[in-house]
Amino acid sequence: MSDHDYTPTSKVGKWFNDRLPLLSLANHLTDYPTPKNLNYWWTFGGILTFCLITQIVTGLTLAMHYIAHADMAFESVEHIMRDVNYGWLIRYIHANGASMFFLAVYIHIFRSLFYGSYKSPREIIWIIGIIIYLLMMAAAFMGYVLPWGQMSFWGATVITNLFSAIPLVGEGIVTWLWGGYSVDNPTLTRFFTLHYLIPFLILGLVVLHIWALHVPGNNNPVGIDIKKPSKDTVPFHPYIVIKDGFALLMFMIVFAFFVFYSPNILGHADNYIEANPMVTPAHIVPEWYLLPFYAILRSVPDKLLGVVAMLSAILILAALPWLDTSKIRSAVFRPLYKQFYWILVADVLILGYMGAMPAEGLYLLIARVATAYYFLHFLVVLPVLGFKEKTLPVPLSITEPVLGGSPNLAAARNKESFNK
Amino acid sequence: MSDKKPKRREFLFTATYAVGAVGVGAVVWPLVDQMNPDASVKALASTEVDVSSVQPGNTITVLWRGKPVFIRRRTPDEIAEAKSVKMEDLIHPEKDEDRAKDPEWLVMLGVCTHLGCVPLNDKGDYDGWFCPCHGSHYDTSGRIRKGPAPLNMEVPKYEFVNANTIKIG
Repeated sequence: MSDHDYTPTSKVGKWFNDRLPLLSLANHLTDYPTPKNLNYWWTFGGILTFCLITQIVTGLTLAMHYIAHADMAFESVEHIMRDVNYGWLIRYIHANGASMFFLAVYIHIFRSLFYGSYKSPREIIWIIGIIIYLLMMAAAFMGYVLPWGQMSFWGATVITNLFSAIPLVGEGIVTWLWGGYSVDNPTLTRFFTLHYLIPFLILGLVVLHIWALHVPGNNNPVGIDIKKPSKDTVPFHPYIVIKDGFALLMFMIVFAFFVFYSPNILGHADNYIEANPMVTPAHIVPEWYLLPFYAILRSVPDKLLGVVAMLSAILILAALPWLDTSKIRSAVFRPLYKQFYWILVADVLILGYMGAMPAEGLYLLIARVATAYYFLHFLVVLPVLGFKEKTLPVPLSITEPVLGGSPNLAAARNKESFNK
Repeated sequence: MSDKKPKRREFLFTATYAVGAVGVGAVVWPLVDQMNPDASVKALASTEVDVSSVQPGNTITVLWRGKPVFIRRRTPDEIAEAKSVKMEDLIHPEKDEDRAKDPEWLVMLGVCTHLGCVPLNDKGDYDGWFCPCHGSHYDTSGRIRKGPAPLNMEVPKYEFVNANTIKIG
């Protein structure tokens, strides 16, 4: 924000800005130089901001009608669905909004993986992002417990029991989390409190995420450092605002499809049965966005090691900037990495599918192979690839491949002629 | 540092940090401990169950501290099967005699020691219980035989108040 001087034109504006430089901040945000070759995969940051605000607004309104008590929670949700004006709409937006949020965050993360956005000097942006992702999972899990249906109750039981795998203090921690000897009313009330708190923590981290982004500026599909502002950049407003806006509209069509045409397709019918501590549903499955990690948990036949593997699968992402030894950011110029990238995408999708299937026979075998490969990708393939891979020549500026018509090979090979 | 005696000011800083840390700890502990089971939860510590109507080969499930407790009246075959198991075949070795004081009655928490689901009666490869969540098999003594669970199903503190009544807790 100190990288350019800004003086408001009006006298009042200047008076105010000298005391609290909000207008300078607004000016920084609108003028923020953005690489001109950003594609639509870069619009998911804006889409995610929209998702967060949607969840906060619908969540606040739901909280006006929801009752966080084991005896009344289930009924109050039905009350919202049947009696509250537009309650069905607000709840369906909130419930499907969680899924849309994760859909967008997975695209956002895999965009980063493809274009190497996590690499120097953007490691802090990436790590803040991973913390946001962890908080999102915590918020989604606790939110799913609130309707107090069968899946709520048994999901809460299984996930909190993960902590009992910790040697010595595990049981004490679980009792502390529950506030009793099983998941019960004290558990529900604290989950509601934390579910209410976490979105605001995420909001704060999003500010840091964007702040950290605005220091080096955006990565781009070519993955090279650019001068800013320069011929290679355009101001955020109106160029990126209008592009993000268009992408957001497309995203909202998908969102609206789920809300209005299949609001329950991503949920489980068992959650419309009130929680019963005496009976476990025959087939417990987490929400779709947690399935790959659930598959990893189940594919390890030891309780403690299963939990360790599942947590490592998430936390290993935080070490990614140092595990990937290649200096080239974009997969466009890394022919081998590009193939391994798509294998990883397939691997995660396979894990997700296996997480939804019973943990036995062939399913279990495939889940085990996919789990092993997941760790292999991060711990062996990425570090080795940085040294072994023969990368393609990288253009010297963004303008070069744009004029050449493609960010890819042909333009890159022609760079000599542009460069003389 | 080592050759000099700590200065008066350094001593004061260290003492201030130490007192401050104790103060922070004293404030944080109540905020953490409030999440532990409260007095009303602890007050529900025991429950009495009438078992006079339970026939051999049947199990009843009662709720104790929010958790299901299995009370099974075992058949002679089941008792014999439980007693015949060799200790070295067990993942969590426990003698059947130590788990069921009166061999006819098996009383245990109906909670899988893996991740806390309720196992199903008369299921699994060992004629005891089977947990549908992640596939743990328990024998007729409630001992873990196969699957991801690390321990046998827990036997709570219980006693026969009279021939027909069990007090759990």
